[in-house]
Amino acid sequence: MTDSSNAKGPLVVEGNLADNERLKRESNFLRGTIEQDLSDRVTGGFTADNFQLIRFHGMYQQDDRDIRAERTKQKLEPLHNVMLRARMPGGIIKPEQWLAIHKFATDKTMYGSIRLTTRQTFQFHGVLKPNIKLMHQTLNSIGIDSIATAGDVNRNVLCTTNPVESELHQEAYEWATKISEHLLPKTRAYAEIWLDGEKLEGPEGKETQEPILGSNYLPRKFKTTVVIPPQNDVDVHANDLNFIAIADQGKLVGFNVLVGGGLAMTHGDKSTYPRKADDLGFVPLANTLDVAAAVVTTQRDWGNRVNRKNAKTKYTLDRVGTDVFKAEVEKRAGITFEDSRPYEFTGRGDRIGWVEGFDGKHHLALFIENGRLLDYPGKALKTGVAEIAKIHKGDFRMTANQNLIVAGVALEDKAQIEKIARDHGLMDDGVSKQRKDSMACVAFPTCPLAMAEAERYLPGLVDDVERILAKHNVADESIILRVTGCPNGCGRAMLAEIGLVGKGPGKYNMHLGGNVSGTRVPKMYKENLGEQDILTEIDTLVARWAVERNTNESFGDFVIRAGIIAEVKVSKRDFHD
Amino acid sequence: MGEIVMLPEQHLKNQNTSNGGSALDASQLTQLQQATANYSSLQLAWASGYLAAKSEQGQNAQVLPAPAAVAVAKTLTILYASQTGNAKGVATQLATTATDAGITVNLKNISDYKAKSLKSESHLLIVASTNGEGEPPDDAIEFHEFLSGKKAPKLPNLRYSVLALGDSSYEFFCQTGKDFDERLKALGAEQVTPRVDCDVDYDSDSQSWSLNIIESLKEELTQTDAGLAPVYDLPVTAGAASQYNKQNPLLAEFSLSQKITGRDSAKDVRHIEIDLGESGLTYQAGDALGVWFENDKQLVAELLATLNFTGEEQVTLKVSGEDKSFNLEEALTEQLEITQTAPAFIEYWANVSGDEALLTVAADKNTAREYAANHQIVDVIAAAKADISAQDLADSLRKITPRLYSIASAQAEVEEEVHLTVGLVEYDENGQLRTGGASGYLANRLEEGQSVKVFVEHNDNFRLPANGDTPVIMIGPGTGVAPFRAFMQQRDADEAAGDNWMFFGDQTFTQDFLYQVEWQGYLKSGLLTRLDLAFSRDQAEKIYVQDRLRENAQELFAWLERGAHVYICGDMSRMAKDVEAALLEIIAEQGSLSEEQAKEYLKDLRNAKRYQKDVY
Repeated sequence: MTDSSNAKGPLVVEGNLADNERLKRESNFLRGTIEQDLSDRVTGGFTADNFQLIRFHGMYQQDDRDIRAERTKQKLEPLHNVMLRARMPGGIIKPEQWLAIHKFATDKTMYGSIRLTTRQTFQFHGVLKPNIKLMHQTLNSIGIDSIATAGDVNRNVLCTTNPVESELHQEAYEWATKISEHLLPKTRAYAEIWLDGEKLEGPEGKETQEPILGSNYLPRKFKTTVVIPPQNDVDVHANDLNFIAIADQGKLVGFNVLVGGGLAMTHGDKSTYPRKADDLGFVPLANTLDVAAAVVTTQRDWGNRVNRKNAKTKYTLDRVGTDVFKAEVEKRAGITFEDSRPYEFTGRGDRIGWVEGFDGKHHLALFIENGRLLDYPGKALKTGVAEIAKIHKGDFRMTANQNLIVAGVALEDKAQIEKIARDHGLMDDGVSKQRKDSMACVAFPTCPLAMAEAERYLPGLVDDVERILAKHNVADESIILRVTGCPNGCGRAMLAEIGLVGKGPGKYNMHLGGNVSGTRVPKMYKENLGEQDILTEIDTLVARWAVERNTNESFGDFVIRAGIIAEVKVSKRDFHD
Repeated sequence: MGEIVMLPEQHLKNQNTSNGGSALDASQLTQLQQATANYSSLQLAWASGYLAAKSEQGQNAQVLPAPAAVAVAKTLTILYASQTGNAKGVATQLATTATDAGITVNLKNISDYKAKSLKSESHLLIVASTNGEGEPPDDAIEFHEFLSGKKAPKLPNLRYSVLALGDSSYEFFCQTGKDFDERLKALGAEQVTPRVDCDVDYDSDSQSWSLNIIESLKEELTQTDAGLAPVYDLPVTAGAASQYNKQNPLLAEFSLSQKITGRDSAKDVRHIEIDLGESGLTYQAGDALGVWFENDKQLVAELLATLNFTGEEQVTLKVSGEDKSFNLEEALTEQLEITQTAPAFIEYWANVSGDEALLTVAADKNTAREYAANHQIVDVIAAAKADISAQDLADSLRKITPRLYSIASAQAEVEEEVHLTVGLVEYDENGQLRTGGASGYLANRLEEGQSVKVFVEHNDNFRLPANGDTPVIMIGPGTGVAPFRAFMQQRDADEAAGDNWMFFGDQTFTQDFLYQVEWQGYLKSGLLTRLDLAFSRDQAEKIYVQDRLRENAQELFAWLERGAHVYICGDMSRMAKDVEAALLEIIAEQGSLSEEQAKEYLKDLRNAKRYQKDVY
């Protein structure tokens, strides 16, 4: 059953439009006055609307929050900088591209790191204003951009990282790229501002058509994936639009289309909740782009532009009803959805280590804790990847779990690559299953939304959880554990077996009851726990699980069966219940 | 600060007919009319009494405080302390409601509000959210600190109310709002309606608080002629010369030392605040503050040890023309200069020690001067050992002299405080960290709350134009920024209409932009017309203020042609010279003048007091 089969709310929400609607409308197709701000030497930040508009160009204005108060006393503005999220559909990057981003991160960013993220791409953190144009031009010179990786648009399109089934993956990846390009803003603002591209004059210019996104763009962010079962590494239920690859005898024939997933919520606001996507049915390959556009335009026209907290596709579905939404998509795409084809998700993790693909090539998945590539004492991770890039003949694949795959290695090159990886701490046989199943968003010190630590908290937390598992003799087991610094969901804690959501410094809401394959939303178990309380709770729960569980029963399934937490079946009804 | 002569119009007309040298001329009349344009009839009546009293008492007479029944245009100040925008939204709505009710409203983000203005407020509403574990939102940290600190003024004339936004799932629910409420109450302010603490669903609670408070205040804030206003004391200029001077410095309270360069800066620059208290000591923008300092006890100990003294040796020094006895440690700490080395000391010590190397240095005046500039007394002594009596050592050293710092504040803004911008002098000498005598004293050794001996050194050669409409060009890289901060405060307080153009430079934008947020604020308010910045180390090629002057040659010359005053403050040896060369170049090029004519042009500016320098 779908979450919204009975809803019959208005198709369009009337009322005073949110201020973001004004700024998009007045932005002259995402230009705003960004160029003036770039030449303003008095502040390292962007002003007013431009602060929001640069997101549509793939950047967020951030500052070093660790020293914000200190700088206030120093009569200095916050240490403004930008974070850039690249657009890399499917997360594939070539070695020469890698070497270029490695150099930029090393020379021109405050933190020097390359951050692999849950959007299956990389981020630069800490780029000062004078280096922003240089950054885009550097990326452009190697065929990378950051158009629409943030803001109210369709963002970077994810694709299952499965180099083993090489042929199917290649097809799926190509669709991810096509969908990304098809849904991209048509405005030339990005080229004009960052690449010194020619300006198109006036409202008569060709670009004044945004045929899919519209001149006001989307009501809210929009996320798309292409997924190849049984892997659910991209976490479909965190996304607005998902194409489930359906193969027949190893050939891709079409997609089941899932719409309306999303994990963001607002603390204390019960009209917001994480929600799974609904299955609309199967479409053959030829209709893929039409369906993608139809879903986006329906959400564009029906999404709530009055209240941004209820603007995502998931709320549109719950308001108008999934059947009504589906019928509109069919009308707009000129198709009729066939019944969904059967498929099954079995897990979400990456297979760390070497695997051999059907084509005889070898692939090495490197576990990168928190996705943060930086040279640490005794573990020069960033240098290690660069050294591999210098000799690697295949490509790299960034995963939605923030890991990195060295893909397409010939048998004779395996030993050399493995040596580099081991020498730089990129391969470590001692990494536990628990650590591989744990994830955190960035949070402090750079993310302006963070309410609590995430990335800096996770490694120590995992140490403690490993000790707890060992204490109860289940050290070989693991629990999907995710920490996110705020309720917006980058760390996808709302699809974890134990999800911790930042509430305040050192305080988290603890959610329980997600499952291994990522098809169940966990429910809040305890609110506002300190770090010690979290460990106490986990210890108590793991103690019971270790003794009382059925054969092979995962932690998330156990807590529901044991009545420790209620299952969230329909988010709107059950999540806050 | 100066008193403006205020006369009601009818008095003026009467006197004007006689015109016997005592009536106002046309520009004075305009000034007066402008000054009184928005006075109410009651205020005009009061002003007439004030002036009558003044004419009877003569120029130096004390002014009587205003009678209690003066009505002033009352404003409702609404401050919001917002983290995510909720408090701002409520405050904005509240401001609209108040305005609709006919109330004059001053709505401000709490971070843009000068906390010191609190004491002149009559009505204040605060909408405050609370962060995570009970801390104030970032924007409110400073205000919160001020209100909880010892500088917070008594507020007996203030009527207020607080709306607190929070999340009851936190332990310290609405803490910031509660803090503000309690502090305002403790400072003597009167709560008009009780504080309301709102939870995440704040809409209805905040609305009813808003309606309630506006209803309560509506009557008193829309009356203009009733006698409810608080009493205001007009500022009184201290006419007579101060009793404090170099010989007789004021013992003032050292109230703040704040590093204002970022943590990754190569420099340590301090913003220093000194409280002049009830001393009556006054200064003007452009003046300098003399600071007496004590030497570092550790340095004194090192010096004593190098010469095998205990410090208990008795020495005689002339103090104010009389011989006085000190023990050596005391003399070296309080009386003698041991950080700045005189070339004469190099010569003296070379002879006493007979050290070959030092004798060579001393033989050439330039070499000796350079050596002296880079070596403190202890380093000279350590490099060339000699046997010397305590009295001989004392006699070979100069008496300590106070250091002068350009004042970085205007009293119109900071009242009884004086602010300085002090660069800590620090360098490495053979692995020893040496610090400047006075800058080390101010930056490292003095603690907040201790006393410091100061006096004002007037500088009439560095003054704002008398006419507030005259444009001003300020060139002050590094700590040369100090007097221009004072200039801006003064022009702000004067509501001077003239354009202001600041050139600032330093090493890096992120670490060394001294008083960055204040300059940003002045740009935003419109007081500062232009701000051009030169950060030498932010790019491959070095960029300095003189380069920015050249880039703006045409505009700069246009400002000069329309009467702008030009000020330079900062490093004498390089910056001031380079800037002057750039100015001459610009004048020659833009005015199509020869080099000689350009020099004439600048000389004329100097003679007209339109080109002033405070360099060191």
